[in-house]
Amino acid sequence: MSILVNKDTKVIVQGFTGKEGTFHAEQCLAYGTNIVGGVTPNKGGQEHLGKPVFNTVKEAVNTTGATVSMIFVPPAFVADAVMEAADADIDLAVIITEGAPVRDMQAAKAYAVKHGMKTIGPNCPGIITAEECKIGIMPGMIFKKGNVGLISKSGTLTYEGANQVCNEGYGISTAVGIGGDPIIGLSYKQLLPMFEADPQTEAIVMIGEIGGDLEIQAAAFIKENITKPVVAFIAGQTAPAGKRMGHAGAIVSGGAGTAKEKMEALEAAGVKVVVSPAEIGKAVAEVLGRK
Amino acid sequence: MNIHEYQAKQIFAQYDVPTPRGIIANTPDEAVANAKELGGDIWVVKAQIHAGGRGLGGGVKLAKSLEEVRTLASEILGMTLVTHQTGPEGKLVHKVYIEEGADIKDELYLGVVLDRAREMPVIMASTEGGMAIEDVAHDTPEKIIKIAVDPAIGFQGFHGRELVFGLGITDKNEQKKMIDFASKLYKLYMEKDAEMIEINPLIKNGAGDFLALDGKMGFDDSALGRHPDIEAMRDISEEDADEREASQYGLSYIALDGEIGCMVNGAGLAMGTMDTINYMGGTPANFLDVGGSANAETVAKGFEIILKNPKVKAIFVNIFGGIVRCDRIANGILEATKITDVNVPVIVRLDGTNAPEAAEILKNANIANIIVGTDLGDGAAKAVAAAKGA
Repeated sequence: MSILVNKDTKVIVQGFTGKEGTFHAEQCLAYGTNIVGGVTPNKGGQEHLGKPVFNTVKEAVNTTGATVSMIFVPPAFVADAVMEAADADIDLAVIITEGAPVRDMQAAKAYAVKHGMKTIGPNCPGIITAEECKIGIMPGMIFKKGNVGLISKSGTLTYEGANQVCNEGYGISTAVGIGGDPIIGLSYKQLLPMFEADPQTEAIVMIGEIGGDLEIQAAAFIKENITKPVVAFIAGQTAPAGKRMGHAGAIVSGGAGTAKEKMEALEAAGVKVVVSPAEIGKAVAEVLGRK
Repeated sequence: MNIHEYQAKQIFAQYDVPTPRGIIANTPDEAVANAKELGGDIWVVKAQIHAGGRGLGGGVKLAKSLEEVRTLASEILGMTLVTHQTGPEGKLVHKVYIEEGADIKDELYLGVVLDRAREMPVIMASTEGGMAIEDVAHDTPEKIIKIAVDPAIGFQGFHGRELVFGLGITDKNEQKKMIDFASKLYKLYMEKDAEMIEINPLIKNGAGDFLALDGKMGFDDSALGRHPDIEAMRDISEEDADEREASQYGLSYIALDGEIGCMVNGAGLAMGTMDTINYMGGTPANFLDVGGSANAETVAKGFEIILKNPKVKAIFVNIFGGIVRCDRIANGILEATKITDVNVPVIVRLDGTNAPEAAEILKNANIANIIVGTDLGDGAAKAVAAAKGA
């Protein structure tokens, strides 16, 4: 078991024939991901990486039965691509592209939610179910199959965390890079119950960072609903205040958004919070050893 | 990207958001000429820097004669203005905005910002205009009204009613003016891909008109491509020179106060590296994300920027290669040691894609200054020790 994706998941790639799309689709295929085709307007009917190319997502879905789309289109076209996927009844869109305008993502996400489509990202490494299905840009070789679920806003901290967990002799069930943009798709609060319900997952690592209050929401949710042990790290304890953060933006969540506040909220919810990401592996060994 | 007050007011004018009349000046002569052109007998001379709190810092002064306009403009132009938002080093004033005096009956606050939790813009308003809004939020949060506007329906009548009743505006004519003001501000926020707009204070004058006395705007960097008019407002002198240079090479750099230079891939790991250094008793000198397309040239540039800071006593290179290949980083480090005089210990931890090849490259190069860290914790510990020993 795992969450959201596995070896049978049928995946299409939007932006299939572009440079990034091609490179990463190839890597995903090599990992074993069941990529059944891709979409590039005006290239329908061609074959790319041995898979069919379609002009529209609808056509791709109707022909292949794909349920997940991995999106690599340039930033200005991300919203359009996400909405097209939602309109074509895709279940999950994994948006890798970095630099999509916030206003576009706001509209695209609202449309996706209305159509019952889940989204991951944008600006994220994607999702991987270890040794089964990689939909994204992470280095597949570090994710050994195991019983730890991972949720992270940061790409490289996902790799760091997964690597430590595997070095301790454990492994990963599914790892989800949710992205660090102001508006993102699935977040801790939606993913935690999936890991809670997944029989393969025995512990959860959550990696957050400063800004917004998703980690605070997660803490409240964990306290009420999660029985599996959770290890957390919040990046940015030493980040200077106010950098990159709008003045008025700092007050909306009433002062929420500092690493300290998030760490305290998670600790109060019974989460094992580590001060350095170098401690993630050891902390996982500790909580799993205690069980 | 942020812009100046006078630029924000130019955008307000495009949307018929009322402001006092004003003209930008680069010299005391221009300031006097502007005051003459505006007419009247009272003017405000306002320093233009990208920071709040200018009034308290002495950057906003009232002039009651043209001579006084000249004197004040001379004082303010070229001064280093220190406010609670500039940091202790302050900011040099290059331009002053000369604005007609306003007859202030009431001071309010009005802003639009993204509410990340609700995932939609929120209009924020308060009767406590002219005060730092963070203080109002902290001391009297009930005095801040927040009205989320779903872009799917846009600014509706009920949003306007919530706003005016919340602000205690009872005069029907004034209600109409305020609703009109806020709806235009919302339109501007959406159309220009603003990240935040803040008007503090928004004043009511003797005639019952509402005017934006100040204006602060920031824009979504990711959307600037479709707003060449906004991009043209960029003031390079307001940006940190090192941060800007770094960004031209695809590096994201922020200077800090400590002693250990950091070069990391990924923003999260970069922050996590700073946190680890701190946790182990050291102090990070900077945040530096080399990004996903790091190569020998960008790594060498990163070293150069880090080493400009004389406080740096050691450098910790922490790379977890995904898309970034470790062998390229290793070559970059070697390149950097040829181009730049790397005179401090460099602790290198390379993990992930092509890490064994990278280790081989560094080993064969046999450079005295380079110390290998086996993992994040080990690398950080060695960096802290090296900085203390230096």
